[in-house]
Formats: sequence, C-alpha cells, structure tokens
Amino acid sequence: MAQKEKDALSGVETTGHEWDGLRELNNPLPKWWLYIFYVCIAWALVYYVLYPAWPLGKTYTKGLLGYSQREEIVAKLAEGKKAQEKYLTAIAAKSVDDIQKDKDLLAFAMAGGRSYFNENCAACHGAGGQGAKGFPTLADDVWLWGGTTADIYKTIQHGIRSDDADTRGTPGSGMTAFGRDGILKPEQINQVAEYVLSLNKRSTDAAAAEKGKAVFDENCAACHGDKAQGSLAAGMDVGAPPLVQANWLYGADKATIVQTVTNGRAGVMPAWSKRLDDATIKSLAVYVHNLGGGK
Amino acid sequence: MAEEKKGFSHDTIERNTLLLIVLILITVSIGGLVQIVPLFTIESTIEKVEGVRPYSPLELAGQNIYIREGCYNCHSQQIRPFRDEVERYGHYSLAAESMYDHPFQWGSKRTGPDLARVGGKYSNDWQVAHLIDPRAVVPESIMPGYSWMKDRPLKYADIQDHMKTLKIVGVPYTDDQIANAKADLEAQKSPDGDTAGLAKRYPKAVVANFTGNKGVTEMDALVAYLQVLGTMVDFTKYQSPKQLQQ
Repeated sequence: MAQKEKDALSGVETTGHEWDGLRELNNPLPKWWLYIFYVCIAWALVYYVLYPAWPLGKTYTKGLLGYSQREEIVAKLAEGKKAQEKYLTAIAAKSVDDIQKDKDLLAFAMAGGRSYFNENCAACHGAGGQGAKGFPTLADDVWLWGGTTADIYKTIQHGIRSDDADTRGTPGSGMTAFGRDGILKPEQINQVAEYVLSLNKRSTDAAAAEKGKAVFDENCAACHGDKAQGSLAAGMDVGAPPLVQANWLYGADKATIVQTVTNGRAGVMPAWSKRLDDATIKSLAVYVHNLGGGK
Repeated sequence: MAEEKKGFSHDTIERNTLLLIVLILITVSIGGLVQIVPLFTIESTIEKVEGVRPYSPLELAGQNIYIREGCYNCHSQQIRPFRDEVERYGHYSLAAESMYDHPFQWGSKRTGPDLARVGGKYSNDWQVAHLIDPRAVVPESIMPGYSWMKDRPLKYADIQDHMKTLKIVGVPYTDDQIANAKADLEAQKSPDGDTAGLAKRYPKAVVANFTGNKGVTEMDALVAYLQVLGTMVDFTKYQSPKQLQQ
C-alpha cells in the first residue's frame, strides 16, 4: 500500500499516486450526490412495494398498485374508442350508403378511412388510389368487382381470391394461362393480341386482328364479355377487366398482352374482416368510393 | 477522510485489485441472476398460446435470408402494447409468438414498418413485386430492391440439419417434421402438388408458387416467411390469462 500523505495546502489526504508531480486529493463524495444516491435507494424500496418487482419461484410480487401493461393498453384502447363512440356505433349500425348521406358520419368516415387507407391499402393501391402495375386504380371509374359503396365494402371485407370463406372470385381461379397450358398456339395468341389492340384502334396487323376475333369469341368472351366490355358490364362476377378502355391493369403494350394471354393473371386481395373491425371497413369503403371513381 | 481508519472500508477494497475484482463479480452475478433466473421459473414469462408452431422448412429458410440480409436493421417484429401501435399494426406481440425464433427478430429500429403482423396483409404478388423494386409499388419507399433474389436458387440441402440443431435448443420439431423437411419445403411452393402432409404438419402455412419460378428460389422462401408472420395465433379467440392481467 502506498504511504498515506497529506496535501500541505488543503490538508486533505491524497490517494498516494503521483503523475509528474501532480497528486490527486482523496476528497469524500459531494454531499448532494450522496443524498441523491440515498434517495434513489429509498425510491427502490417504495417501488418494490408498489410495482411488480420480486420473483417468488413460479410467480412474483404484484405490487400494491396492481400495475399491468396489458391492463393499461386495454384501458387506453377503450378510452380512445369511447371518445369516438358516438360515430363508431352509428357507422357500425348504418349501411354504407346511409353513411354517405349523413354529413357528420361522412366527414368522420373520410378522416378515419384516410388513415386506415394509408396504413393498409396504399402499399398496393397507392397513396391516392392511383394503383400500380397489377394493382387496380381506385380513383378511376373502371371497376372489376363493382364500384358502388356496397360493392367496395364487400370486396374489402372478403378480399379477392383470398382465404376468406366468402371471398370474391374462387381461390386459385383467374385468367387461364392460354399459352402455357397449350390451349392456344403462339400464332393464335398473336392474333388475339392484335384483336385486343384493335379494340383501342392500336392494331398494326389488320389481317391478324380479324382472325383474332374468332379466337376471342371462342376463348375470351366467356369472361371479358362478347364486346370485351368486361365481366362486370356483361353481368358476371369474375373480375375480368374491360379491354375497350385506355386503362390497363398489367400494361397496354402488345408484349404485355401476349404475356398475359400466355401465362394468365390472377390478382389477389387479402380479406380484411379478420384484421379490421366493421366500422373501420365501412369507413374505408366510403373513403375509397370518394377517391374519385365511385359509382 | 478519517485519519487512521482501521478495518474494512472502501479504501481497503480500492487498494486491493484482486479483492475488488472478486467483489465486483459477486455483485454483478447477483444482479444478473435476479434478472435472468426467474424468467425460467415464472410461469407467465412465456404464456402458452394456442396456434404457435415452429416454422415450416421453407419459412425457416426464409427467416435465414431475412437474417442474412439484415432486414432487422430497418424492420422490427414487435408490436408494443401502446394504443398507437395496436391501432396501426394489430394486437400487441406475445412472447410466445417469437419463442421459436433463434435468434429472435424483435429489432429495435423502425426505418421501415414493423413486420410482426405483415403475414397476409398483402398478396404474394405484392410481396414479390415489392422485393424486386419497392418503388414500383410504393413510390416514396427508401428500401433497397432485392431483385436478384427472385431467380437465385435456394440452398436447402442442409435444412434437416438446421432443424435438428434448432431442436437441440428447444424448438419442438418432431421426427416426422425433420424426416419430411425437404419434401415439405418443396411442397410449400407447389400449389398443384400434394400439400396435405405439409398442411397437417404446419397449419396455416401459405402454399403458393410465390415467384412463378420452376425451382425454389430465395425469394420464394422469404415471401413464405413474411406471409406467416403474426398469423399463427387467432386473436378472435385469444384471451389474456388472468395471471397476466393482474
């Protein structure tokens, strides 16, 4: 051990170490620091009594306040719901069409619908409902499964080709892979693609397009309608898009159309009824209907 | 300090390195033991929840890719019990839901959204399109693209060994599951094949040809993994046990 020595000037004992003639005074801890330390110890004792703290074999001390994060979150959620209760119960009780007619409810559903849309729907359909390749635009008037508020409500609830029991479109269904499954020859696919292009006056091979009409009538009209007006306009519930408009879900160019006919398409939308409650889905239906394309 | 303090004081400890080390070790051990040991004995540490199962072989391979690519650096898998999180992502995460994750993927940073309940939220097609080029579907996204993963064959020759290893650390893979590992892995991406065994061994596993490729690719595995996250427990039936509500 180092020799005890005192600093001559202050009279305080030093630690006994020396660095280039400098010595460290061995002062006690500052009083303010020490008292805060004691207060912390006292607080720990209080905490032991009030909050869950000590393990006791298979269980633990629960504390006098009965604090539980799980209880707190239940209360917080209930508190939030309660503040909106007036609107939420009205929305849950009314039909989506009636919600549209009620100015107050509409404003509430639009505000709530917007935040739920951004969290859940925007990833596929775009923040403004503009859609993306393979994911339908919701802000225009082309609807595959119906564009009324009731239709949209149903679609959000049950999804499309989803795992929901009441899903729209049978799971695993969708457009046939005419090329891959050997139903149409490459030549016929070319002809039907030209015919589909001719519907938008974009065909560059009139002879092929003319032959393509027969291929279309035989293979495609059953879902897309005899005038390619789409399954919805033709009175069917299979989600086949109209081919006479400028809106294309997967792409309007010939290469994409050939690819579509060859490999088929089957867009899937998840069912939301297990994930979101009814008032939320109704708000979403109203919001989507008002994005610009609602029928 | 005291002029000539006799006996035991902090001065004695500070001036004796070996004694200081021994006493630090004792103190830290007590602190550690009090925090860690009860987790193994208290029954409510990991409550028993119906539905939680080990990952299917393809999901497991997907989790390995998730870890390899460092997805956890930007995505957490833990919904905390706060109102804002529960309203955004769904039911808060239960310990049991990640009990078969080795290592767990809770994460601590959310540059991207939490993924604890991403399973089933989007379609398989979306997951694939999004992994290939995130900005093709989410223009404002800053996530890197993983397009190369789509056609990169998945290496799964060692999937059985991997499951056996996990079994040693407590994941209850059955002999049946280990024996059928390769068949199950391939079955999960073959919706037209025989998937009855897979469905029995791994309920709720999403079966699909995720990428449309012939062989199993890394993206198939990753999407299969993402699509099962948070879907194992049916929260319409879940009831928080009394002891936990306490």
